[in-house]
Amino acid sequence: MPNILVVEDSPTMRQLIGFAIKRIPEAKIIEATDGVDALKKLSAQDIDIILADINMPIMDGLKLVSLVRNNPSYKNIPVIMITTEGAEEDKNKALAIGANAYLTKPIQTQELMKLVSNLLS
Amino acid sequence: MENEPGILKKVDEFLQIFKKGEEFTKDLIRENERLRFKMAQLEEAIQNTGNEDKIRLYEERIKILDQEISSLTERYKRVEEENKDFASKYLEVETENNNLANLYVASYQLHSTLDINEVLRIVTEIIINLIGAEKFTIFLVDDKTNELVSVASEGLLPGEIPRITIGEGTIGRVAKDGESYFLKDNVQEVQKEVDLTDPIVCIPLKIKEHVIGVISIYSLFMQKASFTDIDYELFHLLAGHAATAIFSSRLYTQSERKLTTIQSFLELLKEKPKR
Repeated sequence: MPNILVVEDSPTMRQLIGFAIKRIPEAKIIEATDGVDALKKLSAQDIDIILADINMPIMDGLKLVSLVRNNPSYKNIPVIMITTEGAEEDKNKALAIGANAYLTKPIQTQELMKLVSNLLS
Repeated sequence: MENEPGILKKVDEFLQIFKKGEEFTKDLIRENERLRFKMAQLEEAIQNTGNEDKIRLYEERIKILDQEISSLTERYKRVEEENKDFASKYLEVETENNNLANLYVASYQLHSTLDINEVLRIVTEIIINLIGAEKFTIFLVDDKTNELVSVASEGLLPGEIPRITIGEGTIGRVAKDGESYFLKDNVQEVQKEVDLTDPIVCIPLKIKEHVIGVISIYSLFMQKASFTDIDYELFHLLAGHAATAIFSSRLYTQSERKLTTIQSFLELLKEKPKR
């Protein structure tokens, strides 16, 4: 049963991502509204994959990925960035920090599902 | 010695008989060889006759197998075509599913609150995350001045957004006529220079035929090249549902305010006799 952490400040996006993820058999969705909230959720339970927005209040997605990659307990968790930033340099920056994949909004749920399934397997 | 010629005659006779016997034996051997050769020929002929039957049988079986192969190839082709058909239908269903999820989430979120600021934030979120707009404004009609006033925006400074008189320019006309406006040209080319009176999309927020405001979009994110079918569905949904959500939340806020005022007034009235 994969635990999927969705880190998004927008309730609309959280719900939409949740809709897509629910189609993965037995997937459990854990929601966080920013990077700090995500770190709390990470310490409370085992997480199999993180889907994170970049632009968020308190702690953004890039900072979160960098902290996750520098923590021995979380460093192997795959991370997918979901963002409005479509520039190539933004993508390269996120991948350099340690994100496994980069998706731009508006998202296609099929594409997200495919990515999540691939990274989980 | 008298018998000598008789003995010689008998020997000669014996030799004659022996020669005849030798010849007869030779004849027999020859005949035997001839017959054996014939038998071998017959055996071969018999064997050949059996091979032909087998060949005929094999040829028939090959023919049947050929027919089976061609029928299987036909079926395989048909199945392949069906598979392609199913794959494209699956993609269609997936896209449809994606679109319905977008519409459901948008509509669910729009009606999830009665707080006007929260409703405006949700409309903004939908336009950013589901449509992919970078710069836009939500205008509401100010009934006192008959103008459109920006109440929420993204990618623009609040001070730079002008008030728009209803009926004037693209935005004003959309508010007056209640008809959506979509730029027909290449969206990415046009949006390089943003003109706040000339949007690429303008959607009226309508309750039945009554326009309460408009959504004006000036540019899209760089990864969004053009509008898709779901965008038009979302625009349609926003035109109705966002209008209802904004209108009802405004009414609710007003009624809450009135209720508070009335309650305060009643409190005052209750307190007066005590004095």
